[in-house]
Formats: sequence, structure tokens, C-alpha cells
Amino acid sequence: MATYDFIFDKLGLRGWCGDGGSGDGPMSMADLLGQTTGEDTAVSAWDTPFPSLDALHDACETIPQSRDLTTGLETGFLNIKDTLKIVVDPLTQPLSWALNEMLWLMQAVPWWIMIPLLMLISYAVGRSLKLVALVAVCFGFLAFVDYYDYTMQTLAIIFVCAFICVLLGVPIGIAMSRSDRTQRVMIPILDMLQTLPPFVYLIPLIFLFSVTEPKLYGIAIILYAIVPVVRLTDLGIRLVDQDVIEAADAFGMTDRQKLFGVQIPLALPNIMAGVNQTIMMSLAMVVIASLVSAPGLGVLVLRGIRSLELGVGLLSGLGIVLLAIILDRVTKAALARINASQN
Amino acid sequence: MSDDIKIRIRNLYKIFGDNPEMALDHVKQGMGKTELLAEHGHVLGLNDINVDMPAGKTTVIMGLSGSGKSTLIRHLNRLIDPTAGQVLIDGDDILSYNDKQLRDLRQHRMSMVFQKFALFPHRTVLENTGLAPSVEGESKKKYADEARKWLARVGLEGQDDQYPHQLSGGMQQRVGIARALTSNSDIMLMDEAFSALDPLIRTDMQNLLIELQAELAKTVVFITHDLDESLKLADHLVILKDGFIVQQGEPQHILLNPADPYIEDFVSDINRARVLRTRSVMQKTGTGTKDIAGEVDHDANLESVIEASGGDTNKCYRVMKNGEEVGILDMRTLVRALVPQGGSDDPEAARRAG
Repeated sequence: MATYDFIFDKLGLRGWCGDGGSGDGPMSMADLLGQTTGEDTAVSAWDTPFPSLDALHDACETIPQSRDLTTGLETGFLNIKDTLKIVVDPLTQPLSWALNEMLWLMQAVPWWIMIPLLMLISYAVGRSLKLVALVAVCFGFLAFVDYYDYTMQTLAIIFVCAFICVLLGVPIGIAMSRSDRTQRVMIPILDMLQTLPPFVYLIPLIFLFSVTEPKLYGIAIILYAIVPVVRLTDLGIRLVDQDVIEAADAFGMTDRQKLFGVQIPLALPNIMAGVNQTIMMSLAMVVIASLVSAPGLGVLVLRGIRSLELGVGLLSGLGIVLLAIILDRVTKAALARINASQN
Repeated sequence: MSDDIKIRIRNLYKIFGDNPEMALDHVKQGMGKTELLAEHGHVLGLNDINVDMPAGKTTVIMGLSGSGKSTLIRHLNRLIDPTAGQVLIDGDDILSYNDKQLRDLRQHRMSMVFQKFALFPHRTVLENTGLAPSVEGESKKKYADEARKWLARVGLEGQDDQYPHQLSGGMQQRVGIARALTSNSDIMLMDEAFSALDPLIRTDMQNLLIELQAELAKTVVFITHDLDESLKLADHLVILKDGFIVQQGEPQHILLNPADPYIEDFVSDINRARVLRTRSVMQKTGTGTKDIAGEVDHDANLESVIEASGGDTNKCYRVMKNGEEVGILDMRTLVRALVPQGGSDDPEAARRAG
């Protein structure tokens, strides 16, 4: 009947398998075709299937089908979900609060305070009037086309998430730089976070939290965007000149003095490059996160796709690009200032 | 000896590898560096080092790269821990020190100058100079005067607010020296401190160090691969090769009595007339058979005597120390001393030595 019957027959496992062969399991397309045409599903050597779960299931019912594996994963997750939630929920609750407060704050402040304030911040960071002009033009344009509120929502989410990324990422990076073992453990995790398609983060999170909670997208953004700041903190500290570290040791510095007085200041250009990347990646994720109710420009993009509103999609896309340019230039200006003072 | 010994190194061994204890047994049974590496995969860094470093004097440790000299100096402040042996500073075994004592040693009793300067690039010249007091938590205001004093002493006035990368190599190393002096420690470790500098600047810095030494009399441990430099600076010279000491002693003595062919090779290339002093070649017994042509100081080099004599080998000079006669210098002895011993049959060696 099935290709791999002989294995179980030879090994004498027929009894363990149960006699039915492929009985009540869902039929494969080939079986179905065979039934309708009335021919037996004779398989030529050329078409020998890979001994996959499904193929083996055909021969022996006790072997699960591959769909059982995916359902198994799902039930497994659902089983631990409640326990996981008890732990994760209170831990991440502050994230919800922070996001809510920030969203409220950024929208409550009137535009004629907010835009000058943002210009002031960009001047403080970059010390360049050109940059301030760019900020003014971009926000002016976005407000002019009535996307001000959406822009502020997106910005609020990015501020909170990027801040938390730095808050968690820098210490993780420092820990990695101090122990090769931690680095060995962390690198595969970071690789996975970086390569996992962003949508995949969302699926288990939807099961864990209700879609109305801001932390749902907050966690997704943080997981996705934290990678560069961790990596570059680790790299930056490891790249600090060993001669300088030796001098610090020779003059009797404690580990703490070395870390805060030498290693972090010298790693700062790399750390700032990581912060820049983290901000850019959180901007990318905030659009995808609109699928799970993250407010902001992403919602408009989504509307453009869903109801084929080309104009809305294009304009909100442009808005995101402008926001990206501003954030990138401002953080790069800060980076350039740090570099200038060191080399 | 009348000199106090500041640093004593006793039977110091350092072996790099996974199981240094095992390798140590082999080394103690007489296995050499090459065999140890080939048979056991361990690198012999230092092999039975015994040195006494006199207080207030300059001890120069000389050797080619890979001879273990940088490893040795790092044992003195325990940037590297030995496999076996003792390091005694003022009679204290520093290997028994805990973290706190060790930090105290590095902050107060020792300072270090590095080959690549190793200044903190994110701190100004003044802040770099005040590293030692700032490590103890002193504010910039408090240490600024002291730091400025030493910066001025090494010839760097008015550069307080520059960053290290704005200075030339020679100036950066002056900051390095000022930084070491500001810690007010008795012992100064100098790891190839002048090797990265241009020849002219190097000579300047050597003279600066000699001046500072005459004034401050610190216990200096100086590492170099340059024989001319070591002869210029050393009160006590230690020559390392492949991790063991080939010869140590007074530099003049080593120059006149090289212990083995390795040292002979080394000393054959230098300008002996400039390095040798009259006190090293004079005869102590004052049997003046010839007429005394004049007086020379005991610390004058032979070059100056040759110049004074106008090349006449028949002359004799009275060697004076603090106004008293300490010996007689025959010009013939002087000329003979210019040729390395055992090398007189070799015209090539004579040419090089001359």
C-alpha cells in the first residue's frame, strides 16, 4: 500500500503500528486522486517520497502526521500560556503605561510647542542649524497634510521603545563584552531575533496579550530593534585599545572605574552607531506593528493596502521616510560630535 | 653593597600555556624554550630570574623582542602573575597581596610609562596627567596644581586643555612621563618608553630622564632593546635572552668583560670611546712611571680624553674623583680598551669597534 510498509514489516513493528494502515487520517491528494480514478496509488521508484512524517504515517498509523506536530506546538504553547502570562504580564505592564503616557503626552502638547521643542532637541544634539531647518520643514510638511497626529503617535512609540532598547541593550552588551561565555550564548539569540521574520514575533504575542494592550506591539518592536545596540556595545567595548586598559590597570583603577571612566566613553561612538540602528529598526517595525493595533503612520499604510487607497499609502509612506531621515540625521550628528572630540 | 635594594626578584618563572605547573617541572629539570614549545606546547616566558634593583638607581633590562623583558616588567606590578617565584618590593612579597593592597601598590608606590603612550584619548592632557590622583577620587581642582607642575617640568606648559591626539609622539610621551611623576611613587616602570619615538626626540627624552633622575632619584626600571640607550641610562644592566638572564651588572663591566658570545656580539657594534668611562679603564695603583700630562674626571668618557691628548699614546692622566686622585690612566691602556677583548686579531671587529 504505502511506500514504507516494508520497514515496519521487516522490523516486526506491524503490531505496534496497528493494522489499519492509513485509515482515518486525512487523505493525501494522491490518495484522493487514486480513489476517484479507481486506480491503486502505485508509486514508481522515481516518485519515491522522502520518508517524512506523512509518508511514514501512511505506512504506520502510530507515527504522527506533520500537522500533528504543528498542532502539538500550538497546544503546547497554549498550555504554558497562562503560567507565562502570570510572569510576563506584570513585568511588561510598565511598558504599556509608558507607551500610553507617551502617546497621550505627544498628542496633548499643542503643535506650536511640540515642533519648536523637537527643533530645540535636534539643535542640542546636533549643534547644526541646517539640521534644525530640516526638522522644521519635515514636521511642517507632515502637519500641513494633516498627518501631524499620526506622526506624533509613531514618534512617541519610537521614543519609548528605543529608550527601553538602550536601557536593556547597553547592559546586555557590557555583560557580553566581559565574558566570552555570555557572548557565545547571546550571539545565536541575537542572530535569531535579527533574522526571524518580524511578523513571527507577533503571533505568540497575540496569544499572550490582548490586542488592545500597547505592550503587545511594544514588546515586538523592542525584540526586533534591540539587536544592534547590544551587538555594537559589545563590539565597542571589546575594541577599546588594550594598551589603554593596561594603563588603567597599572594606575590601580577598579573595574567600575575602568568601565565608566574608560571603556564606555571610548566605546561611545560604537554604542551611538548602535542606537542609530536601533531607532531605524524600531521605525521599520512600528509599521508592521500597526497590524496589531499600533497607532501612527503605519495605520495609514495599512489602510492604503487594505482598501487600495493609493494616495494615502504613498503619502504615509513618504511620511515614514521623512521621519526616518530626521531620526537618522539627528543621531548621526550626535555620533559625529562624539567622534570629533575623540580622534 | 651600600645601596639599598628596592626590588628583589627571586627565582621567577613564567610559563604560558594550559598547564604551566607541569611545564615548570620540565623547565626546572633543564628543558629549554624550543623543546618546551615543541614537546608540550607551552611557551617559556621567564626562566629563573634573579635580580636586585637598587633604590634610587636606574635598572635597565635589555633584550631583543621575545626575550621576555616586557613580561618581566609586568610582573613588578602584577599585570602578569608568575608561575613560580617571588617579587619583593621594600621586602614585601607582592604576590601575597589582595586586590586592595595591589591597587594601593599601583596607585601610590609604582607608576608606569608605556611604549605606545597609552594616554586616555577622551581626556585632556591635564586630566591624563592627573590620572593617579583622580583614580583616588581627587577632584580636578585639587590635583591640577600638582599636575601642572610636572607638565611644566617635562616641558609641556600651556597644553593643559589639548587632547592627546593633538600632540606629537614626543609630546605624548612627555605627558606619559608627567602622568607617572604626578603619582609621586618611588618606583617608575618604563616599558620601551622611547622606542616609538624618532631618534632625535629619543635622545631628548633620554636626557630628560637623566636630568629627572639626578633631581628625583627614583627607582627606575627601564626596558629597551637598544644597547646604546641602555648604556646611556643604566646604573645596573640586565641582559635577557630567551627568558633567562645572560649577564647582569654594571654596564661598564659588562662592556669590558662580556660573559658569552651573545653579549660579545651585542657590544661589538657600539661606540666604546663614547660609552666607556675613565674609571673603568684606569689603573688603581698610582705608580706614575711617566709624566702626568693632566687630570681627568673619573666619569669622563674616553672620547674626551682622546681629544684632550691629541691622539698621543705616550701620555698619562691622573683620574680625579671629587678632587682626589683615584687612579692613573695610561693612553695605551685606553686605546687597547677600545677594541673588544679577543677581537684584536679580527680586523673587522677592530674596525667596527674603532
